[in-house]
Amino acid sequence: MSKSQVPVLPGWFAIENGEPHLLGTRCRACGTYYFPRQTLFCRNPDCESEAFDEVPLSRRGTLWSYTNAMYQPPEPFVAEDPHVPYTILAVELEREKMIVLGQGVAGLECADLRVGMPVQLVLDTLFERDGQETITWKWAPLA
Amino acid sequence: MEKDIAVLGVGMHPWGKWGKNFVEYGVKASRDALRDAGVNWRDIGFVSGAATMRCGYPGYVAGATFAQALGWQGAEVNTSYAACASGSQALAAARAKILAGQCEVALVVGADTTPKGFLKPAPGERPDDPDWVRFRLGITNPAYFALYARRRMDLYGDTPEDFAAVKVKNAEHGLENPNARYRKRFSLEDVASSALVADPLRLMDICATSDGAAALVVSSLDYARRLGQADAVRVAAISTVTPTFASAVVEMPDIATDSAAAVEAARFRAALPAKAYEEAGLGPEDISVAEVYDLSTALEMDWYEDLQFCPRGEAANLVRSGATCIGGRLPVNPSGGLACFGEAVPAQALAQVCELTWQLRGAAGPRQVAGARVGITANQGLFGHGSAVILKR
Repeated sequence: MSKSQVPVLPGWFAIENGEPHLLGTRCRACGTYYFPRQTLFCRNPDCESEAFDEVPLSRRGTLWSYTNAMYQPPEPFVAEDPHVPYTILAVELEREKMIVLGQGVAGLECADLRVGMPVQLVLDTLFERDGQETITWKWAPLA
Repeated sequence: MEKDIAVLGVGMHPWGKWGKNFVEYGVKASRDALRDAGVNWRDIGFVSGAATMRCGYPGYVAGATFAQALGWQGAEVNTSYAACASGSQALAAARAKILAGQCEVALVVGADTTPKGFLKPAPGERPDDPDWVRFRLGITNPAYFALYARRRMDLYGDTPEDFAAVKVKNAEHGLENPNARYRKRFSLEDVASSALVADPLRLMDICATSDGAAALVVSSLDYARRLGQADAVRVAAISTVTPTFASAVVEMPDIATDSAAAVEAARFRAALPAKAYEEAGLGPEDISVAEVYDLSTALEMDWYEDLQFCPRGEAANLVRSGATCIGGRLPVNPSGGLACFGEAVPAQALAQVCELTWQLRGAAGPRQVAGARVGITANQGLFGHGSAVILKR
């Protein structure tokens, strides 16, 4: 039996046409993208729009910077015991002109990474409790 | 129209983990500042407090809390909260009152008692709070500092040794500062052998949180003259601008930057001193000493560039040449900085002003920057708060 899966942040990502994407919004007037999604008012100081379209964000981007978490973060992070260090990637999306953070896929190390390298988004387990997997987005280098 | 105000007196409670009520620290710093100014508490017309969010209701109304502790005497009060820039906002409120002619002399004070262990967000499932989201995903404060540091390495060729050299410098500066919490010499090897927290940053690259308090007595120039302090240090500029959309750098606690699809991205840290320079009619070439927010060693180097002390990407040259050491061309953090203090949020921006005041008076003792005439502070905190203050003699 497959384990049940729940998203860490419902509505923040989805699989569309077989590929995982972050879900954002885009201002209908000025074209500014939002992630997390913004549906109330555009934050561009020259735009008063309150109309947005839901859009999947680019799956691929370039690495802006990266680090790792050697120490266990406090709650609401759900940690392994003992803590397993993981990488954190900041990825620049070209079309959206924004940088999005996320963990790197399991097994990835800082030594594998370099600013400017191409990466892509995947969905993976953030943590597992009581037979239930909590799913999040992670970044993986493009082979 | 007159734009400057005078700093008549400064006072601090030493930084540490004393575990006492924040009001105790604030009263001590206030009394020291009043004594230093030669001003009677009853003559203070405005008490401007920097709030603390960690000490309950008295902290939210810090201005009134300190005024009551010093003894209600009918002054007007204000409390400012602006994260790490709270002290500067409180100072700006006092300056506005003084320049509007509504008050001649004011007390500005900030104090904090920090909890033990990790600072963590409020409990519950709260996906609308960016601070909750980033902790849920495992992205702590040092991760942001490390992302900036790593980018410097890959883009500009900075090394972990460059970062460590900032710690070594600041530790040396703060060695004999009686208000500093950590007064210990560090070598490059000490930093390199401390635990890796967030690659490339190690424990000794990252600042702690502390208890502490800082206070200023500020007045109109006319009041200073009547007090025989015509040559007092002056506040020439206070910048507390917000960021300008769209953010160029991913800032704590956000999970993403703004999108620059419609508007060009702008750097917040660079905007803070730019406004201060403009307001003071001075430029980076006029600065003789700076106190900047070294939340991490590498972040101090980012500040060199945002303060326009060197072109972007060249901060490591300033570190390697010793230019930012006391005795160098442009000493940075002669107090020892956050490396020696640890952060006491509502007091920290005021502590920076205290240090520059001592420096410009030539009263900084063994850490004196020779011939200091103009100083600038810089700090940045959460949710679009930051400040830069220029002091001159």
